[in-house]
Amino acid sequence: MCLAIPGKIISIDEGADPLLRSGRVSFGGILKAVNLAYVPDAAIGDYVIVHVGFALNKVDEAEARQVFAYLSQVEDLSELEEESP
Amino acid sequence: MKYLEEYRDPAAARRFARAIRRITTRPWTIMEICGGQTHAIVRYGIDKLLPPEITLVHGPGCPVCVTPLELIEKAIAIARRPEVIFCSFGDMLRVPGADCDLLAVKAAGGDIRIVYSPLDAVELARRHPDREVVFFAVGFETTAPTCAMAAYQARQEGLANFSLLVSHVLVPPAMEAILSAPGNRVQGFLAAGHVCTVMGVTEYLPLAGRYRVPIVVTGFEPLDILQGIYMTVKQLEEGRAEVENQYARVVLREGNRPAQALIQEVFQVVPRKWRGVGEIPASGLGLSDAYRALDAERRFAVDTHHLDEPAECISGLILQGVRKPPDCSAFGTRCTPEHPFGATMVSSEGACAAYYRYRRVDLDGLALDFGAAGPADAHSIGEKP
Amino acid sequence: MTTLDPFALACPLPIADYPRVLLAHGGGCRLMNQLIERLFAAAFDNPLLGERHDGAAFAVPAGRLAFTTDSYVVHPLFFPGGDIGRLAVNGTVNDLAMCGARPLYLSAAFILEEGLPMETLWRVVQSMRDAAAAAGVQIVTGDTKVVDRGKADGLYINTAGVGLLEHERVIAPRQVREGDLVLINGDLGRHGMAIMAVREGLAFESDIESDTAPVAAPVQALLAAGLDVHCLRDLTRGGLTSALVEIAETAGVHIHLDERAIPVREAVRGACEMLGLDPLYVANEGRFAVVVAAADADRALAILRADPAAEGAAVIGRVLGSQPGLVTMRSQIGANRILDRLSGEQLPRIC
Repeated sequence: MCLAIPGKIISIDEGADPLLRSGRVSFGGILKAVNLAYVPDAAIGDYVIVHVGFALNKVDEAEARQVFAYLSQVEDLSELEEESP
Repeated sequence: MKYLEEYRDPAAARRFARAIRRITTRPWTIMEICGGQTHAIVRYGIDKLLPPEITLVHGPGCPVCVTPLELIEKAIAIARRPEVIFCSFGDMLRVPGADCDLLAVKAAGGDIRIVYSPLDAVELARRHPDREVVFFAVGFETTAPTCAMAAYQARQEGLANFSLLVSHVLVPPAMEAILSAPGNRVQGFLAAGHVCTVMGVTEYLPLAGRYRVPIVVTGFEPLDILQGIYMTVKQLEEGRAEVENQYARVVLREGNRPAQALIQEVFQVVPRKWRGVGEIPASGLGLSDAYRALDAERRFAVDTHHLDEPAECISGLILQGVRKPPDCSAFGTRCTPEHPFGATMVSSEGACAAYYRYRRVDLDGLALDFGAAGPADAHSIGEKP
Repeated sequence: MTTLDPFALACPLPIADYPRVLLAHGGGCRLMNQLIERLFAAAFDNPLLGERHDGAAFAVPAGRLAFTTDSYVVHPLFFPGGDIGRLAVNGTVNDLAMCGARPLYLSAAFILEEGLPMETLWRVVQSMRDAAAAAGVQIVTGDTKVVDRGKADGLYINTAGVGLLEHERVIAPRQVREGDLVLINGDLGRHGMAIMAVREGLAFESDIESDTAPVAAPVQALLAAGLDVHCLRDLTRGGLTSALVEIAETAGVHIHLDERAIPVREAVRGACEMLGLDPLYVANEGRFAVVVAAADADRALAILRADPAAEGAAVIGRVLGSQPGLVTMRSQIGANRILDRLSGEQLPRIC
C-alpha cells in the first residue's frame, strides 16, 4: 500500500463530475493516465504523488528541500555542542 | 527523477547516519509498519548504516502479507468460476492459500488479470457486460480511496457486473494491538507516509499520548527513512513522545479531505482478521450499506472455514516484531520464497522474503571492495585495493 | 490521395483468395506449397534454401561449431522497437555470439494459428528477412505447421542456429577468474519495459523501444582483438541478475557490482518505479555481459562503446575471491546487499 511515486502533471481533463477529473502524469518521461479527483487544485506542471493511478497529494517544493536543510541544521548544532566546553 | 533520486544521495545518507550515531546513547527498538519502508531498508542496506544500539523491527505493514487465509481462499473460489474475470494487483497472485495460489488458478484456466489501478477493473466491467468482474480490494488506507472511487464509478454508471472482494486494513488499530500486547518492546514508530497522505496525522496523537511512544510520519527514500529514524531517536533520547511529520512535502496534518470523504461514503469500519496476528477489532474496512450490492462475498456465496498456517510458522511473531526471520527453525530451509509457509515469506516485502533475498549470507565478514575507486572508472578498476 | 498499401503491392501470394491462414496451409498440399514458395522462400531467398530439400547441407572449415535453439512466444507480436520475427533472428544470432561463434545459418520453424491474418505473417517474415540481412546470416531451412484457432496465440517461432568458432579460446563460466572485471554493452531494461508499455492492464505511453539487436559484430571484434575474454552471457529473461547469478554459481565465484555504475535510462527507470519493478531483473534483447581479464578491460570497453547499437557500455563489477556462487552489490547509498534470483516472474506491486 506504500508504493507511490512523484510525477509531473502534463495535461488535465476536467470532466463533468469532479470525481472523474483526470490527467496525464509523467514519470521520468513515461506518461500514464492518472485520476486527479483527490487533488482538485493541482495544475499542469505541479508534481503529485501517484498510487495505483491516483494522485494522492501535491508535492510541496519548499518542504521538499527541508530534508537537506534539517540535515545541515543538525550538523551545525552538533558542531556547536562539540566546540562548547 | 525529481523528488525521488535526490533522496538517495550517498553522501547525505552517510551524514544522517553519523548524526544518528552522535545522538544515540542507549539501545532503542523502533518499528516501521509499512512494506514499502521494509523494502527500502533492506534494498539499500539502510540498517547497516545505523549504530548497533538501534534495532529496527518490521511490523505488519504489508497488506498483502496480512490478508487472512480465509479471504485468499474466497478469492480462489471466486476466481475459479467461469463467468468471473478476477482482477488483482500483481503482488496478490503469489500469496498462498490453503493449498494453492491465484497463479495456480490462472494456470488451471481461471480468468485472472493483473491490473495497475482499480479503475482498470471497472473498465473491464464496461467492456465485458456478459461477465462478472471482481476486483480484489487489498491495501491499507493508501489504497482505500482508489477502490472507493472504483466502487463509486461503478455504482454511478449502474454497472451490474462489477463487485469488490474487500480486504482493506487500517494501521492505527494494528499499532495499538502491538503497543498493548504484553512483552511489547517497541519504543518508537515510523508511521507509514503514504497512509498518512490520505488520513493525516491526527489519529496517531492518542496513541503517542496513551502509550508514551514517539511516532514520526516517514517517507520511503533512504534519506526520508534516515531522517525519520533520527527524529525518533532524538525524541527517545530526550524523553518525548510526540507525533512529528518527516514527510511534510507530501503529508498534511489533516490528510486528504476529498479522499477521506469518499472512503466514508463507500466503506465502514469492521473487525478484521490479520494473518498471523489474529482478529483486531475495528481494524478493517468493509463496504457501507449504500454499497453493499457491490460486495463480492455476498454476490458469490462462497463457503470457507477457519484455516491455520503450518505450526512451525512464526510469521505472526515476526509481524508483531517479537522475532526476526533467522529465529525461525524453518527459515531458508523448509520455508523459502518458492515454498512459503506464511505471509511474511510470500510477498517480496514480507520480512522473511526480504531477509532471504538480501540477508542469507552475512556480508559484514566479507571483504567487498572494487579498488581505489568504483568500477565506474575503468582505469582505476585494475588497481589493487 | 489514396495511400498505397505496401502489403497489397509487394506480397506475391494471391491474398484476395486467402486473407487468413487456414489449416490447409500446414497440410502438405498446394496451399502449403504456395505459402512456402511465395511467402517464406521469396523472403529468405538464398541458394541453400533454393535446393528445396528436407534440410540444408553445407561445407564448413575444419574446427569447432556452435549450435543453439530458442523459441519465441512473445505477445503482442508487434511492440515498440520490434516484433517476434526480429526477436527470433536476433535471439539465436546472439546465443551463437555468446558462444564466441560467427553466426552462419538459421532454421525457422513456424507454428501458425488458424485465422492468423496473412498480412501479419507477411510483416513478420519481412522483418526476419531484414534482421537476417543485418546480422549477416541466412535462413536455410524451416518448417510450417498450422494449429486450430485458439491454440497458438497467433504465431510461435522456433529458430535454431549454427556458427563457426574461428579461434581456440574457451568461453565459458569455468574460465572466470578472481580479479576479472564485468562489463555490459549498454543500458538495461528497455525490452521488458517496451513490452510492458503495451501490455493490457498495465499499458503506458512511452518512447521506450526494445533493444533487440544482433551483437555478433562487437563480440567478433572483442575476439579479433585477441582480448582475454573469459565469459559472455546475454541478459534476456531474468535480466542482468539472473545471468550473473548463473555465472557465479556455475563458476563458483563471487561477483560484486556497483549499482551506481549500472546504466538505466530515465524513461525505463520511471516505468519501473511506477510499477514497482527492479530494472536489474527486466529482460533485455540486445545486451550482454562480458567477463574479461582486468588488464584487457579498457580495450574491451572501447570496443563495446564503438558499436552504434549500444549506448552506455560500462564496467559494472569485479570478480572477488570471497564467497563462491554469490552475487553482491554496493547499493546507491553505499551499503552492500545480495542479488539473488527471483522465485518467479517479477510482478507489479502496490506495496
